[in-house]
Amino acid sequence: MKIVVCIKQVPDTVDVKIDPVTKNLDRTNIVGVINPFDKNAIEEAVRLKEKHGGEITVVSMGPPQTNESLREALALGCDNAILLSARELGGADTLATGYTLSRAIEKIGAVDIVLFGSHAVDADTGQTGPIVAENLGYRQITFVSKVEVEDGYVFASRTLENGVQKVKAKLPVVLTATKELNKPRYATPIKIMKAAKKEITVWNHLDLECDMDRIGLKGSPTAVTEIFEPKRDNKINMLKGSPEEIAKALVNKLLADKLL
Amino acid sequence: MLFEFTEEQKMIQKMVKEFTENEIAPLDEKMDNEGFNYELWDKIKENGFLGIPFPEQYGGSGGDPITSAITIHEIAKGSASVALTLDAHWLAADTILHHGTETQKEKYLYKAATDTIFAFSLTEPMAGSDAAGIQSTAVLTGDEYVLNGTKAWCTNGGVSGVYIILAKTDVNIGFKGISAFIVEEGTPGFTVGKKENKMGMRGSNTTELVMNDVKVSKENLLGKEGDGFKIAMIALDGARISIGAISAGLAESAMKIAKNYANQRVAFGKPIAKLQAIQFMIANMAIGIRATELMTFDCAKMKAQGMRHTKDAAMVKVFGAEMAMQSCKDAIQILGGNGYSKDYHVERYLRDAKLLEIGEGASEVLRMLVGTTELNS
Repeated sequence: MKIVVCIKQVPDTVDVKIDPVTKNLDRTNIVGVINPFDKNAIEEAVRLKEKHGGEITVVSMGPPQTNESLREALALGCDNAILLSARELGGADTLATGYTLSRAIEKIGAVDIVLFGSHAVDADTGQTGPIVAENLGYRQITFVSKVEVEDGYVFASRTLENGVQKVKAKLPVVLTATKELNKPRYATPIKIMKAAKKEITVWNHLDLECDMDRIGLKGSPTAVTEIFEPKRDNKINMLKGSPEEIAKALVNKLLADKLL
Repeated sequence: MLFEFTEEQKMIQKMVKEFTENEIAPLDEKMDNEGFNYELWDKIKENGFLGIPFPEQYGGSGGDPITSAITIHEIAKGSASVALTLDAHWLAADTILHHGTETQKEKYLYKAATDTIFAFSLTEPMAGSDAAGIQSTAVLTGDEYVLNGTKAWCTNGGVSGVYIILAKTDVNIGFKGISAFIVEEGTPGFTVGKKENKMGMRGSNTTELVMNDVKVSKENLLGKEGDGFKIAMIALDGARISIGAISAGLAESAMKIAKNYANQRVAFGKPIAKLQAIQFMIANMAIGIRATELMTFDCAKMKAQGMRHTKDAAMVKVFGAEMAMQSCKDAIQILGGNGYSKDYHVERYLRDAKLLEIGEGASEVLRMLVGTTELNS
């Protein structure tokens, strides 16, 4: 089985600080980590390989420091790592990123399963996996909480807002992973030492034979213009009535505000 | 900056930090109450921690002393007990790595690197700092040594599969008569005695060992007869680097709690962090932690390069242990009444820290070592 896992390096921070001048994320002193849901994707790839045999290639698009995350993915059990990096690829939105990743997957060739995390915790769109699936013409199953592969088909459970949907799809397939899918293992020191010695392949837009209009800033029809903290409203709403009436009113309010 | 870790070292540091935060630190209070946690140690073994310093050919990950120090340092930030257990395991297994025959290394190092905890036992009820005063004997009878005696304060006693036991093959020549033996758990006559009810480091198991005509093959003599004291002293040099790492990690945990508390606790109309008395205590902690870290990693580098580091390791331990004690005391003081409560953890850190001034070379003995070395140089 040939598996590709696409990962993104994201800022490791719970305390998000917005730069008041650029209105973007203040990235000073922020360490890059593998997007948490991508770790579930890597773990599932490793489990599939343990069960069915095969090879896992981990791919990421980003600047050179992305190599740290690729090495960590190797230490977690991926066999090969490819960095997609070039100045021309920078400034990409999800459409341009998805195009570039799909060029890489086509170059790898004959891939059965592509795994993504359901969404990245910084941008939060969840679009890149589906965009890659569309570019490749692969079937896609998003928000998977369970995956089995048998006789050329994927059997997956999808965690949706109102329940669980079971889907069967013929390979090749793109899957996006939720945190319910598995509990990611730790990289062991032996695997870390081995991964540190492995070579990471770097491909740029020329290696990928990209259409220059579809990559980087030029290939990005969307742009982030501002990031801001939502204004907090400290208004207090006192509910009156009997305990049953208050409980009913509270539930209705939570439903109306789409909090339940 | 004196130190730049390699990429591998940084990756291992990251992994150990994550594992400690998620798996070890949440159990430290529980271990203080209930003792050694077998389930946690199964996870520690499964994730390859035991083998970090050992060569790949024996199932280890081929790390160097700096990687070992990084590991102990990060674990100590979550639990000093767990860090101490790992330090004692490495101290014991290291004796086989450095002094063992190829047969002994093949027989025992794979176990040490993967799934078996080791213990090292020199101290006896009547001989601690006066190590040459041990009374356990080992008498050669045919192809076997017969061991008799009682050991005390054995870290990892009762949870180990293999013990490195120091006993006298010649009772008439003081420390030159001490030899080292590899004794497997379950050997007839070898029993784990009383478990110590300790002040701190309660997640680490410490017991007596009782030897009653324990027959050990000649093949299990480590080095030559009479090498025991030298083997022990070399092993303790390495272990003292670990104590430096534990001191720095433990003090950092205490400082973190003290800082958070000082920034929030309001007295006389402002957070107590605005008061110089608090600032000075935090400053002393920060200075002491940084100095201990630098000394520890510098000493680890000396060991990695094969340099003699006896005096330096002693200095690391004396300084680090006393710094950790003072930092934990100050952390309690900063928290005031709350510092006196178990709920705020710093009292447990102080109880853990006290061991660092005693075990693996009491501060007084180490001052003698450093003082005489200095005066004779």
